[in-house]
Amino acid sequence: MRWIWIDTFVDFVSGRRASALKNVTLAEEYLHDHMPGHPVFPPTLMLEGMAQTAGILVGEARGFAENVILAKIRRAEINDYAFPGDQIRYDAVLDSLDDRAGVTSGTMHKNGKVVGRADMIFSHVRPGESSELPPHNFVFTEQFMRLLAAFRPRAATGSTDAG
Amino acid sequence: MAVSRDEVFAKVRDVLSDALGVDQEEVSLEATLQGDLGAESIDFLDIVFRLEKAFSIKIPKGELFPDEMLNNPEYVEGDRITPAGLEKLKQALPHADLTKLEAKPFVSKMPDLFTVRTIINYVESKLAA
Repeated sequence: MRWIWIDTFVDFVSGRRASALKNVTLAEEYLHDHMPGHPVFPPTLMLEGMAQTAGILVGEARGFAENVILAKIRRAEINDYAFPGDQIRYDAVLDSLDDRAGVTSGTMHKNGKVVGRADMIFSHVRPGESSELPPHNFVFTEQFMRLLAAFRPRAATGSTDAG
Repeated sequence: MAVSRDEVFAKVRDVLSDALGVDQEEVSLEATLQGDLGAESIDFLDIVFRLEKAFSIKIPKGELFPDEMLNNPEYVEGDRITPAGLEKLKQALPHADLTKLEAKPFVSKMPDLFTVRTIINYVESKLAA
């Protein structure tokens, strides 16, 4: 199953911040059910997009050694809907990081205008540390790694802020 | 400049109100984090991070909330905390009042140790260090 709710990174500064884009398109199946005749990008998926942007920021900062699990949404506020044709940008900042967890704050933009913010805590769980979880790194799958790898060649050209 | 106990209380109240989504008035000195204010396990980590930021202090893992000792069979037997466990808790939590727990040393009563007053005492000890 593909569970990727960001299309591409447009900024990534290791250990500090990340920005990702999501283009909302009517080609996406779920929009025909949410809502029938009135496609609206679910605000919960906006939170998921932020969690993926911020989660990769947290995971990369420690070399993807651990599973990074969204443990708590400290604050969430979404003040506008997004529709097919809109572009959402997730800006995440890493506020603190240690062996227990990473704390992020973030803003969501729609077509360049701030429409919300979400602050999150991600727990670190080393593969094999918990018997209730798979023994491998199940969060940072190849799909996610490709997403970040796709950004890096552009970063190397100097077209984005390298920090 | 030394921070007064009232100032510490005011900041702790802000931290707990934000972390747990409770009204400031609910954050009384004797309120327990879990029983009265509804804290869940991840909230304790959130509280630690917020306290670190609010007071510019570093809180080592397990220092404020030594929950990992519950996994040690030397300190826990069935549903009870052993005498060695109580002794360990006294050392680990000099800022907490263990009187009630000593009278009824049940594991289920351990969360009651963590009151707003306990947090304030802990922060004051860190600021004085």
